[in-house]
Amino acid sequence: MRKYILRRLLLMIPTLLGVAVIIFLLVRVVPGDIVEMRYAGQGAFVTKDLLEKERARLGLDKPLWRQFLEWMWGILRFDFGSSMWTGAPITHEIAIRFQLSLQLALMATTVAVLLAIPLGTLAALRQDTWVDYVVRVFSIAGLAVPSFWLGILMILTFLLFFGWLPPMVFTPLWKNPWENLSQLIWPALAVGYRYSAVSTRMTRSAMLEVLREDYIRTARAKGLVEKLILTRHALKNAMLPVFTVIGLEFAFLLGGLVVTEQVFNLNGLGLLFVESVSRRDYTLVQALVLLVAFVYVFVNFFVDLLYAWVDPRIRYQ
Amino acid sequence: MAYRHASRLILILCLGLSLALGVTLTSAVMAQDKPRYGGELVFAVPAEPPSFDGHRENTFAVIHPISPHYSLLLRVDPEDPNKIIGDLAESWTVSKDGLTYTFKIRKGVKFHDGSLLTAKDIKATYDKIIFPPAGVASERKGAYAAVEAVEAPDDQTVRFRLKWPSAAMLSNLASPWNYIYKAEILAKDPHWYEKNIMGTGPFTFVEYARGSHWVGKKNPDYWDKGRPYLDGYRALFIRDTGARVNAVRGERAFIEFRSFNPARRDDLVKALGPRITVQESAWDCALWFTPNHERKPFDDPRVRRALTLALDRWEGSKVLSKITIVKEVGGVIVPGTPFATPEAELVKLAGYWKDPEASRKEARRLLREAGVPDGFSFTFLNRAIPEPYEPLGIWLLDQWRKVGLNVTQKTLETGPFYQDLRGGTFDVSIDFQCGFIVEPDLDIYKFQSGPTTADPKGVSDANYGRYKDPVLDELYVKQSRAVDSEERKKYIRQFEKRLLDEQAHQFITLWWHRIIPHLSKVKGWKVTPSHYLNQQLDTVWLSE
Repeated sequence: MRKYILRRLLLMIPTLLGVAVIIFLLVRVVPGDIVEMRYAGQGAFVTKDLLEKERARLGLDKPLWRQFLEWMWGILRFDFGSSMWTGAPITHEIAIRFQLSLQLALMATTVAVLLAIPLGTLAALRQDTWVDYVVRVFSIAGLAVPSFWLGILMILTFLLFFGWLPPMVFTPLWKNPWENLSQLIWPALAVGYRYSAVSTRMTRSAMLEVLREDYIRTARAKGLVEKLILTRHALKNAMLPVFTVIGLEFAFLLGGLVVTEQVFNLNGLGLLFVESVSRRDYTLVQALVLLVAFVYVFVNFFVDLLYAWVDPRIRYQ
Repeated sequence: MAYRHASRLILILCLGLSLALGVTLTSAVMAQDKPRYGGELVFAVPAEPPSFDGHRENTFAVIHPISPHYSLLLRVDPEDPNKIIGDLAESWTVSKDGLTYTFKIRKGVKFHDGSLLTAKDIKATYDKIIFPPAGVASERKGAYAAVEAVEAPDDQTVRFRLKWPSAAMLSNLASPWNYIYKAEILAKDPHWYEKNIMGTGPFTFVEYARGSHWVGKKNPDYWDKGRPYLDGYRALFIRDTGARVNAVRGERAFIEFRSFNPARRDDLVKALGPRITVQESAWDCALWFTPNHERKPFDDPRVRRALTLALDRWEGSKVLSKITIVKEVGGVIVPGTPFATPEAELVKLAGYWKDPEASRKEARRLLREAGVPDGFSFTFLNRAIPEPYEPLGIWLLDQWRKVGLNVTQKTLETGPFYQDLRGGTFDVSIDFQCGFIVEPDLDIYKFQSGPTTADPKGVSDANYGRYKDPVLDELYVKQSRAVDSEERKKYIRQFEKRLLDEQAHQFITLWWHRIIPHLSKVKGWKVTPSHYLNQQLDTVWLSE
């Protein structure tokens, strides 16, 4: 097992290196650069001289291979450089948003898990009854309704019926839990609902499959208590594909909630990602893509390890 | 007898009550008009400052949260955008030849760290703007081409020596970007102000949470005693327009200083009724279109003229102003301002005629004469920005179709758009400009074609139409150096006629229209034709 973990950890290096090369080249293929965005984009008159000076200041006049090597050398020293747009260290730019994105991802995951596992199990146990139908309608609606649209509906409802709006500014949980939760609970519910829809359907189908397995029939024939059969034998095994979905969704939530962040005015990584791409803030885009790639790779690795813990048959050699 | 006595008593009582009520109402009204101290102004800002240095940036995202920390040498009067008043300058004189501007600086002005401001700070600030050291970007350096030197002969005097007279000098010195910095700091590190705040403005810096908010608090040592009225302010960075409207509607923000579109304004008025006040103004921002003079058939002035004659700007204003932020029909100067061409004269220019049919007939004739076939196709380059570019682009396409032109629109986001524009790989393109102050020099400099006598290095970098017109350039120089305003007007009219009509180089479509709906409790702030002005917030107060 140790060997397996070590091998997987080492395999992360070429994966992330590949991502680094691809993103470095991709962002530079897109027409336009940060200097144009910053000066000409606001409609002011700027001389070519000023644009060239700015490009030189940002190191954009150097050959591509040199820019890449300098970036790589920085990463090896855990120095991701500074944002070309703000001049602030990239680690700082990400850190101030990571807290919010992480909390939102955790809250949405909690909402999703709390809804998906009981509802999916219930639907499987009561297959083709009204309970199953209600759960299926609930989950299909969750898949059909984009979370940002649900967010807009929530906000409009608050405004129209209560004349209230969630706070527009993020307050850390430890500073003021009430203020923090009154801002983040709504996007967490909106995102968590869609997220739960995927997981509910996955839990239901996995449970249906497991409940038809021979060992469940054997357990019942042995006279085991139904609760025990469900929790210890059925649910535990049915959770394998659900964990995969939850893991991937969690990684997505960290950087993919662009529109929801916009609707609720959340200062998260998703919006930072989009803004940095539209500004051609190369250093920031590169760091963010690497971060998201790392989260995906790590979450996948973690889920694989979880498999082994949940299913004793799985042993990595 | 008793009855008469009682009647008199009632009459006196009524009179007394009326008097008391009158006094109460009058004092209530007076109290409403009298600035009230206290409170925190919360406003929404659609973008974040890339850096804190006003000298190097050109986005309102710097002006809105940061201006309250700084003073300027001169400023545009918060009550009258056509008037320039002293900020740190107590008074000033201009020499008879127009080549020397001498400013007396206020005494006892303190920076937020407690140190005294002197003329040296102002000299250092303007040296950084006009003659930036190597590696320091100065966005508006070109506007000060006339300045030969900035001098500080004593602690309370600053002198600007000019190479030639400049009618725009005072306006340029009232630029809202020209924050006065501390000489000592600039001497140590000219980049310090990109990441730090240290000014003499009405509010001191408290906190900046990137992506979230910016906070300032009242400067107790502000030189203008009695001001500011607010205890502080909080700028919330809200990128999404819908979220900003909701923020005002939910009273999480009291105002947004850029602009909302007409539909958003109407929504807010409907939802909040008397709790919302709307201020509107012509806006010193315009969209224009530029034919590429290096591409056929746009090298022919008749074809270019036909492009402007095809437009019914008067009807366009009515239609577009209902859905987006354009409205005013005007020439090269913001309509309604001192140097703007009055409507009676404007309607004589090509494309401004009141009879659209006659205008289009003439356009068709010119196209025929130039050998352009009916149904001629070209591509119109536009920016992928919803307001007001997209509706305006659609309107242009429809107008050109009416004279038999078949136009395809190509929309690009900012980076690729400017690459095409600068590279000259377009037929006809949209272009725009937003000015910080209504000043002809600044508003029309982009229309010049190339090196001028005033600026030998030239301004041709901005001439995306790629035309050459020394007569136009000379007219620019003449208006710029005309000290008499009537003489200046005359040159501006000639410039305008040559640009928009005779040579038909580039064309203004419609001027933007600024719409600011804000909570009625926000007082002491007046809309101006620029979203860069009136942002020091020293005059603003809250009535509740």
